This record gives sequence, structure tokens and C-alpha cells, in this order.
Amino acid sequence: MDFDQHQHYSPHIPASSTVSNVMLKVVLALVPGIITYIAFFGWGVLVNIIIAGIAALGSEAVAVALRRQPVAPTLMDGSALVTAILLALALPPHSAWWLIVVGTTFAIIIAKQLYGGLGYNPFNPAMAGYVVVLISFPLEMTRWNPPLSLADAPMSLLESFQYSLTGILPERLDLDMISLATPLDVMRTQLDLGNSLDTITTGNGIFGIVAGTGSEWVSLAFLAGGLWLLFERIIDWRIPASLLASLLLLSGLFSLIDSSNFASPAFHLFAGATMLGAFFIATDPVSASTTPVGRLIFGAGCGILIYVIRTWGGYPDGIAFSVLLMNMAAPLIDYYTQPRVIGQQKNRS
Amino acid sequence: MGRLFNFPGGIHLEEHKSVSNGTAVRKSGIPARLFVPLDQHIGPAAECIVSKGEKVLKGQTIGSATEYISAPVHAPTSGTVIDIQKFPAAHASALPSDVVIIEPDGKDEWQTRTPLNNYRDIDPSELRNIVRGAGIVGLGGAAFPTFVKLNPVGHDIKALILNGAECEPWITCDDMLMRTRHGDIIEGARVMRHALQAARVIIAIEDNKPQAISALKPYADKYEWLTVQEIPTRYPTGGEKQLIRILTGQDVPSHGLPLDLDLVVQNVATAAAVHHAINEMQPLISRIITVTGPGVKSPCNIEALIGTPMSDLIDMAGGYTRDADRLIMGGPMMGITLKTDVTPVIKATNCLLVQTPDAKRDATTTRACIRCGECVKVCPMRLLPQQLYWYSRSRNFDQLQRHHLFDCIECGCCAEVCPSHIPLVQYYRFGKSEIWKKEQETLKADRARMRTEARLEREERIKAERKARHARAKAAKAAGSDSKQTEIKAAVARAKARKAEQKSATEDA
Repeated sequence: MDFDQHQHYSPHIPASSTVSNVMLKVVLALVPGIITYIAFFGWGVLVNIIIAGIAALGSEAVAVALRRQPVAPTLMDGSALVTAILLALALPPHSAWWLIVVGTTFAIIIAKQLYGGLGYNPFNPAMAGYVVVLISFPLEMTRWNPPLSLADAPMSLLESFQYSLTGILPERLDLDMISLATPLDVMRTQLDLGNSLDTITTGNGIFGIVAGTGSEWVSLAFLAGGLWLLFERIIDWRIPASLLASLLLLSGLFSLIDSSNFASPAFHLFAGATMLGAFFIATDPVSASTTPVGRLIFGAGCGILIYVIRTWGGYPDGIAFSVLLMNMAAPLIDYYTQPRVIGQQKNRS
Repeated sequence: MGRLFNFPGGIHLEEHKSVSNGTAVRKSGIPARLFVPLDQHIGPAAECIVSKGEKVLKGQTIGSATEYISAPVHAPTSGTVIDIQKFPAAHASALPSDVVIIEPDGKDEWQTRTPLNNYRDIDPSELRNIVRGAGIVGLGGAAFPTFVKLNPVGHDIKALILNGAECEPWITCDDMLMRTRHGDIIEGARVMRHALQAARVIIAIEDNKPQAISALKPYADKYEWLTVQEIPTRYPTGGEKQLIRILTGQDVPSHGLPLDLDLVVQNVATAAAVHHAINEMQPLISRIITVTGPGVKSPCNIEALIGTPMSDLIDMAGGYTRDADRLIMGGPMMGITLKTDVTPVIKATNCLLVQTPDAKRDATTTRACIRCGECVKVCPMRLLPQQLYWYSRSRNFDQLQRHHLFDCIECGCCAEVCPSHIPLVQYYRFGKSEIWKKEQETLKADRARMRTEARLEREERIKAERKARHARAKAAKAAGSDSKQTEIKAAVARAKARKAEQKSATEDA
């Protein structure tokens, strides 16, 4: 009997994992965080995700078709969807549709497909898209809606959609009622003004127990999702561990030195996008370091930069900039952190 | 022994061993025709020493080794050589190679076999010669001539390690051998130990083969030089470097050999073959082959003559199932796919695995590398497979070498865990062969350059000498053309100079 001439690849056993599978699990791990987000902040984030999802899949399809590559298998790998969700989670809920579309299409077309598509992008696409809109539309990017517990009249899903697509608010609301600075923002501005930590947080409803009403629970849910990814061996422990450890150490150190002018470690760990960044963004395998030691350095670098940007930099949160800066360093880190190969005497690189 | 060590990476695979090791080893008998390839081993092919129409006896040498690293080939049974022609080979390249086609006469008549002395009375170098003459090569799949590895070349061999790990899924031929022909292995071990003057012998077996372990354990109680060592089941424990690390905690140096650690590793089946060669004067003409996989109806182990068409063995295993999709020689991790089953089995054929389409990995299932790093976690050599892949693709050979491509053992762990189903090992093989090619070219260019430089230098020197001679002659003429004496002296000097020149010219040539 003769067999098919075309080349089969070894190993000749059924494959245990696929890219789609990996991406699907990342999406699943984000679900608890998304649900908690909706529960505490309303439907805005879901509208973000839907618009970003459509924009991501659409622009990926166009780019892939223009590159004359098969469209369906690329969309099926799920990476565009993951980028869309991460970007949607990073943007303020109730962002205008065009803002979401600009960010997402930049992420997919410029930051990903122009470099050659999945696997070839040097930068985290979601963070590249986020930074583009953050720099281009600074005003819009500060309009975060308050947690439902502090809001007067929360919007329904339909109203959220309508607002995002048309910019028209329901009559009972005005812009001030749905835009509020985030805890990180307030903390920054007030510390800059010379106020002490106690006076800032006392009596301000947005600060919650440790890091922000509602947002601390969202962070906890992302932490849970991230731990599940670790358990499923989808991500490696090194980047999240070293990122959180370095942030904890730095914030702990400064908090110990001057507890009235530096926010507590708990605040830094659970405010803003720390957990989302540690488990879902910095761990993007394509743009992060891949060597074991390199991953520790990469994560630590992110953690340090996050603290530096939050404390002394120009933006309230620093996840996106830290990750992008470390992305740039990743190839160099990988090169100098090659493990010692078995049988090689000294690692001469 | 006691303490075992660990190697980095590795993977747990579904074993599928019980599929084929439930029944006794069957004998294939003598097929209608035998197709004995002359190229079955590492090193140049054997040279055919029989001709068409010649009668051959069982065990008669039909191909002789041409170089040091090579192996002779023998007639597996008695019969007539009906042709010597090109035939599909059991090789990844699938290029046809020379086979000797023998039509058996059914008498299975041995050539005259003169009994040897007890192995203990034979000099180790003579033992190596007998092993060489018997055409024995490593039966674990690599087919490296065994006698080379029985030469301690000045080392004090601490231990001969017999590899019975059989870590690839599906394969059970070594398992069956250890269960049923343990005596042969032990006898072979004694001979090999004598040849190497090795202090001890360690038989290493994965702990998923309890029957093999209990079959061999009693010998360890009997002989103080023998240890039967159970090792944890994890692919690729049977890799030479991994096995040595597990047993000794030492690493074979890069580009080095186990010999550098005063160790020698041989397969258990090779030991049995050495026993047959020394104690029974029987060259390597048959071996046990596992015929298995979801694509054959009744998987089993078959002792087959070298040169038997694979299709005969498949028939013995009940034939193909309806969804048989591909034929693999070797295990699923490192085996090669074959285009046709008329291919004869060779000394290196430890397993015929017939797979079904659900194990499909080809261009249609391959995605881009997402640098997830799973391959880094499982690499038993602690390489960076994703970097090697990247540099192989971009033909960046300098970086490939800087990332130690040549330390890759091609075990396939990285490809197995790759979510993008990239045929990583194929990329590494490509990188290696390109680098070899380039090295050959540089070597050639270097030689050519050196030759040219030497020639130019020689021409320069001859020219200079000639000039000097002319100048001398001129001076002599001017000094005293009237004096006969000086003329004679000048003539003598000229002759001397010519002689010297001739001499230097011949030296140069």
C-alpha cells in the first residue's frame, strides 16, 4: 500500500493544544472580572467589549484578506478577540464608539497585522491601541463613570449603547453625573497638591476598603481568573509574580518611609489595572520575554515602571506604558538570559 | 546505585504500550523474497560482494564494510541472489538505495560456523572485530556501528549502561525482549563488559515495564557487577544524554561523547545481538519489531528477518484498518513517515506504527509561533526552541549556533507541546544541514585559497632567484673574463645554483 505523498509532521500523536484553545481559555479567565465590572459599574464596559470585538474582527478580516491569507483560520485563532476585550477593559466604560474603533483598529492593523500578524508584533497590540487613544484624546480618556453605589441613576444596557453610538445621554443625566476621576487619578492629583493620604481618602466614597469602591472587587476577580490561567498552565507564573512582587516591594518601601505621602501597597496592588496587567497584559507571550530568567526581569521591570509612572509620572496609571517599554527591551533581555544548555560548560552568548 | 537524578523538561505521553505487549513475540518466517539494503547504518553503505545468480547461505556476508564507521550486511537465509537494484529505502530522504534481492530456497541453510573460544579468552580487540564482522549496529534506532562503541580508547570505563528505557510511546520490542530473552541480554552484557573492561553494568528500565524489571532483577542478585535500575517514566529518558544524567547526575559535554565521562551506552537489544554473534556465531540477520498503532488490526511484536517487506509484517498484524492514514518507522516522536510499505525492514526498524487521521499535523493545522514558551519548559537540553525556530526561518546561522542548535537531540518534545503545531524539529534539521553545507564550502574555499597563495609565493621566489642569478653572472663576467680560473669557478657556481634550484623546485612540487 502506498501512502499520501504530502508531508506529515512529527510527532505523530493527536495534538494536545491549539492556539484557539489557549485564546479561548484567556477569554474564559476574563469573564469573572467582566461580570464583576458590570455588577459594580453598569453596562458600559460590555458595550465597550461588543464594539471593540466587532471592530477587531472586522479590521483583522480586512487586513488578512489584503495580505492574501486565509481569513477564517486567522479569525478563529481568537487572538483578535482577546486584544479587543483587553482594550475594551482598559478604556473608560461608555467611551464613544469612534474612540473604541480608532483604538482597536490601530491595535489590529498597525500594531499587529502590519508587523506580520499574530506572533510577529513586537508590542502588545491592545496596549499600543490604548496608548494611541490616551495620547490623542486625553479628555475623553478621563471620563470614568462612578460605581453604581455612588451613581444617581444608572443607565440601562440600551441607554449605554445609545450613548456610546450617538453621544446622546438620557434626559435625566448630564455629563458630570457619569464622569468621575478614578481613585488613582484623585490620589495622584491630591498628593501632588500636598495633601496627606488620610485627608485624601477620608470621607471620599470612591476609595472603598483598600483601593477603590467596586474596582477593588473587579481586581480580585481578575486575580482569580489569572490564578486559574496559572493552574491551567496557559501562562507562566514568573511575569505576574515578579510584577506584583516588585510593585509590592517598591510601594511598601516608600509607604514605610513616608506613609502619609505615598499610597499603601494594598492600594497599588488593587487599584487601577494592576491585576489585569499582571495576569493578562504583561503575560502576552508574543511581546514579552520568553526565557525563564528573562520573564522574571520583564515582570519586575513592568512593576517598577508602573510604580514610577503612578507616583512621579504624568499619567495616573502606568500599565500600558510600562508594558510597551518592557516590550522594547524583551529581545535584549531574552538574548542575555539564555539558560545554560545541558553539556555547555559556561554560557557564552 | 541508589540516588537518581533529574533532567530538565521532558513530557508525559500516553503510552499505548499495552496495545502490543499482550501477546508473545511471533516469528515472521521466511518471506517469498528478501530485499536486503546495503545502507542500513550510520556511515557509508556496504559494498556488494555477491553477484546476480549467486547462491548464498544463511549468515553469509553479501555486503562488506568499506570504511571504519560502516557495517557489513549478511544473507538472512539461504537462497539465490536474483538481482541487485535500487529500491525504496527506509530513510527520511526516501531516496532509493541499493538492495540485494534474495529468493529463499526454503532450506534456511547456515554457512559453516566455527565455534569460538569462550569470550573471556578472546582479546577485546578481537571481540570488536567479531562484532564488526557480524554487522551489529545500535538497535535502538540510530544504527551506529556497535564495535566502535566497544572500544574504550584508553578510558577506564566506569560503567556500561544498557538502555532499556524504551521511552517512546507505542514501542514494546525492547520490553518483550527483556521479558522473554533476558538471558541473551545478560550474556551480551558480559561480553560487552569484557570488551570494554568496564567496572560495572547498569540496565536502566522505565518503571512502566514491571515485568521486564522483575525478569532482569534476579541477575542483579547473582552478579555483583550488575545493577538493574528502575527509572521514572518520562519522555525522553531513553535519550543517551538524559539517561546518563538520570543515572549519574553528570552531563555529557557539548559535542562530546559518553566516553568523556568514562561511560558507554548500548541498547539492550544490541547486547542480545552481541551475545548471538559471539556465542552462536550468528550475524545480525533478524530483530524484533513492534507492529502497532490504531491503523493495524491486531498489533503485536514480530521477530522478522532483515529485508522482509513491511507489508508482510502488516499482514501478520491483521492488516490495515479502514482509516489507516500513514506508516511510520520508529516511534511517534522521532519516527519517519514512509511512502510505501514495500520498503524492507532494516536493522534500525524497531517499530512500524500505523496512524489514523486524528493525529494529523501538517501545513493546514500550522499557525504562527505565539512565543508562548511551552517548548522552553519541555526542552530536555534547556535550549530555547522558539529562538532556534525563529533563526532557522530567517536563515540566521550565526545566531543558530550561538543558541547551540547542535545540542538539540531532536526528541520532538517542543513540537509535541506547540499549540501552533509548528514542525519545529524539521526546522532544526534544516538549520543543521545548511550549516554543515556552509562549513564544507568554507573548508573547500579555504583549501583553494591556501593553494593559490602557495603557488603565488613559489612563483615570486623563483623569479627572485632567477634575477639574482643573472646579476651574479653579469658581475662575474665584468670582473674577470680574461682569467680562465675565474671562468671555471663561475661555471661550477652556476651548476651548483642550478642544482639547488632544481632541488627546491621538486620540493615545492
